[in-house]
Formats: sequence, structure tokens, C-alpha cells
Amino acid sequence: MHLIGELSAVLATALFIFALYWMNDPKTARRGVIAGVTGMTVAVVATWIQPEIIHHGWIVGAIVVGFVVGVPLSQVPLTAVPQRTALSHAFGGLAAGLVGTAEFFLSLGEPAKAAVQLTPFRMSALVAEVILGFLTFTGSLMAAGKLQEVRWIPQRPVTYPGQNVVNIGVLVIAVALGVMLVLNPGAPWAAQAFIAIAVLPLIFGVLLIIPIGGADMPTVISILNAYAGLAAVAMGFVLNNKLLVTAGALDGSSGLILSIIMCRAMNRSFTNVLFGAFGKAQPAALKGEQKEWKQETVEGAAQLLEQARNVVIIPGYGMAVAQAQHKVRELYDALTKRGVTVKFAIHPVAGRMPGHMNVLLAEANIPYSALVEMDEINPEMPQTDVALVLGANDVVNPAARYNKGTPIYGMPIIDADKAKTVLAVKRSKNPGFAGIDNELYVLDNTWMLFGDAKAVLGDLVKQFGSGGIH
Amino acid sequence: MTDFGSMLFVFVLATFIGLGVIRRVSRLLYTPLMSLTNAISAIAVVGSIVVTGADHPLTIRILGAVALFASMTNIVSGFLITDRMLKMFKKQ
Repeated sequence: MHLIGELSAVLATALFIFALYWMNDPKTARRGVIAGVTGMTVAVVATWIQPEIIHHGWIVGAIVVGFVVGVPLSQVPLTAVPQRTALSHAFGGLAAGLVGTAEFFLSLGEPAKAAVQLTPFRMSALVAEVILGFLTFTGSLMAAGKLQEVRWIPQRPVTYPGQNVVNIGVLVIAVALGVMLVLNPGAPWAAQAFIAIAVLPLIFGVLLIIPIGGADMPTVISILNAYAGLAAVAMGFVLNNKLLVTAGALDGSSGLILSIIMCRAMNRSFTNVLFGAFGKAQPAALKGEQKEWKQETVEGAAQLLEQARNVVIIPGYGMAVAQAQHKVRELYDALTKRGVTVKFAIHPVAGRMPGHMNVLLAEANIPYSALVEMDEINPEMPQTDVALVLGANDVVNPAARYNKGTPIYGMPIIDADKAKTVLAVKRSKNPGFAGIDNELYVLDNTWMLFGDAKAVLGDLVKQFGSGGIH
Repeated sequence: MTDFGSMLFVFVLATFIGLGVIRRVSRLLYTPLMSLTNAISAIAVVGSIVVTGADHPLTIRILGAVALFASMTNIVSGFLITDRMLKMFKKQ
């Protein structure tokens, strides 16, 4: 039996690595899912057939409920994928925290075993598992709530004096209790200390996310991803399970890489995202001459687009909110048919999670060869006839290049302003999520189209369809 | 009990493999990547199965069953939504 367990773990590990390897190309990526499912099935079956497993009804019950909840969760609209992802990090953290708690009380329950089982190493892993698991649980729930715009969770960052001291204090107490427990695992107060170690991170997770705004969500989701992976690694250490350690390490390194990419794309550090409270109220713009926007009509915009040789569309979260991706496809078709080259410029942090824009545009059947990364599109921007900004804001704000007073200073942006003409579709005349005025909108070559992105695009497409333009 | 030397060894090597493989993942696929790695790390389900199914006190098994449900939800929704998204990526 032991041999079967070891061999299946090796097989599952190999399949998981292949699953991630195949994600390097959209052509092979679906193979990755098959490899992942196979690896998971092998590992579950090999564990289940162990002779010590006797309560099969319980396992079947939990698996059935998992399916009942999991299948609808996989059918959410793609605009809701960020909150589904956050929710799944929460579930991963919860599982790790609960298994850690169960393992601790199992070892503590039998004093004869406690001394042997609660070695300093295993106890440290238990503490790490529970702290990481539970802080990921509540932190991700809060993130999911903010993304879902649940009413009683404030969307705007909430800050108060001494916030970081309180947050770090809560975590430091939990870690200090953990160290005491590692040194005296058999102490009479061990159970109480452990409960405190479980509860404090639950509080910390909530406190950690309260000061974070929507624009930081891609980074925060990636960091929580890394935590969830590390919690699984710690669980592997506790259970002496190499497969768990490997899978957790793969998840953790993925979260780490995505976090680094997201942070670089915003020119910020981890600590700055977590403790810097983005989106604080901006001091009122001190500009002497307030420039005015110039509004363009739909007819005029359609004419500009039709006369262009190449058009770059820059989508942002506003496109997702307005559910405008299918209208984008219609515009793409209408322009392509007229011989206009259309490309999409994707900023790494556009949307609410890494890769969000790509998925939304793929859903609308836009070929992925038309989706271009920021670094590749920027050199082409000066030769672009029309840049169409669609619900993007901070990622095209030229102030990021030189204005040290703005929180987005230093953030790499898509050079929309360098295009010959800029058309910007914007829902309202208010500033974007970060609360910053966007200089792009008042440039000489910029024309504004105010309105809901879906409605504006619908009107634009009609101009092409009804023969309004010849 | 726990052979922590070899566990650390596995962890370090797996992290390096992870960094190497993830670095090559197409930038188009970061969203499905996250749901896929999430489903894979729900391999924590094997820990939950042992806690739930072995001959432990009732409270322990309840903790295990909730953990098992949470992991199973991640496995099912993670793999299904990854496949659903990947199906949408077409070259032309």
C-alpha cells in the first residue's frame, strides 16, 4: 500500500508540472487541465484506499457538497472571475487552517503522543499553516466582497491613524504566541494559545484588506494566491506529505511571480501595496489654467475610425463594468472589414486581476493574436492613427511619467497620448478609481465620447452598419 | 517523525521548478493560470480526507469534513472554469 501511495504521488507531481508547462501557449493549454484533473484523481484515489480511512460516508458527503457548490461557481460571468478567484483562495486558506487545527488537537489529545509528534519543526509548521491559512481566508473573503461590491463592505480604502501599527501588532502577537508554543508544546495553556493563534490571523486578514482599493486588486489577489500556496506547503510539512509540499510550492511560486509582475506594472513594492493605502484623497488640483475637454459626436468618431489605417483599442475595467466586450467585437469586425488594422493594447494591471482583459476579449471571440502587451505596442503608438481608450484611465495617464505628486508616478503606461488622434470613451466626467485627474483627456489631439461604453460602442457600430458612412 | 531535511529539499526544488515553469506561461493566460494553480493546490484535499475518514473524535472529523468540502469546491470550480476560459482563446 505504501508503495502505491508513493508512486501515485510522483505521478501526480509530474502531471501537475506538465499542466503548468502547457500553459505556455494557448494552443496546448487545455491539455494542462486534463493533466491536472488526472493528477488530482490519482492522488485522491490513492489516499482514499488507505486502510486507515473508514468513514467513507463522510468523505462522499463532503465531496458531493463540494460539487454542488463548485459547479455553479465555475459558471459565473467572466466579469466576476476576480471575485471567484478570491473566494477560492479563501477556501484554500480555510482548508489549510482547519486541517492544521485538527492536527494540533489530535496530537495534543494524547499526551503520550504529544511529546513525540509536536517536535519544534512540526509545531512551527503547524503555526505557519494556521496563521497563513486563516489570514488568507478572511483576507480573501474581504477581497471577494470588495470585488463583488457587497453593500456592507466599503469599496473605498478605509484608513485611520496608527493603522499599520495595529495591523502588524495583531500579527506579531500571533507569531509570538506561536514561538512560545513551539518552545513549550505540552504546556497547560497550549490549547488556549493555539486558539488565539487561530483567531488573531482571522482578524488580521480583515484589517489587511480594509485599506486596499480596487485598483490594487490585481496585486492583492496575486499576493493572497502566494499565501494560499504557502499555507498548503506548511500543511505538507505537518502531514509529512511531499505531494502537498510540491503542489503548494507550484501555487506559491505562481502567486509570487504574478505579484512581482503586478507590482512592477504599477511601479510599487509589496509593502507599499499592503501598507501604503492607495487611493487616498488627492489634494485638489492646483493647476492655474484648467483645460477643457473637447467632446466629439458619434458620427465624427466613426468617421475618424473609418479613415484610419490602424487603430489601437485600450480597454480597461470600465469596459468590463459596462459588459461592452461584445460590442467591441462588433466594432472590431466592422473596422477590419474596411481594411483598418485593429489591435488591442493590454496593460498588465488593466481590470481587477492578472490577465482579466485577455479573458474578457477572448470571450467576445477576439483572436488572441490581436491582443498586444504594453511593451510591444508602445513603440507603435506614434504611428497609430487612432487610439480608442475604452474605460481605461490611470493606465493611460501621461502624468505618471513626470508628475511626482500623483500616486501613479513612475507607473509604466500605454502611450495613448502619442497616437495621432485619441478618442476616449468615459462613463462620467468624474476622475478614475485612484481619484486622479487624467491629463490625457485635455490634450489637443484628444476627443471625448461621454456615456456608457456599451451604448457608445453600439451607436458607433450602427454608424458603420446603417450606411451612415460611405 | 517528520523527515524535515528531505521535506525542505523537496520544497526548495519544487519552488525552483515552479518559478522556471511559471515564468514561461503566456501572458495572455494569467487569469486561467491562477484558477489552475488554485485547483492544483487544492491537493490539500488528501490531508482533509485522512482527517475526515480516519478513526478520530467527532469534532476533529467535522473540521476535516469542512476542509474537505472547501478543497473539493476549489478542485471542481477551478478546473471547470479554467477549461471554460481556455476554450475561448482562438487564434483566428
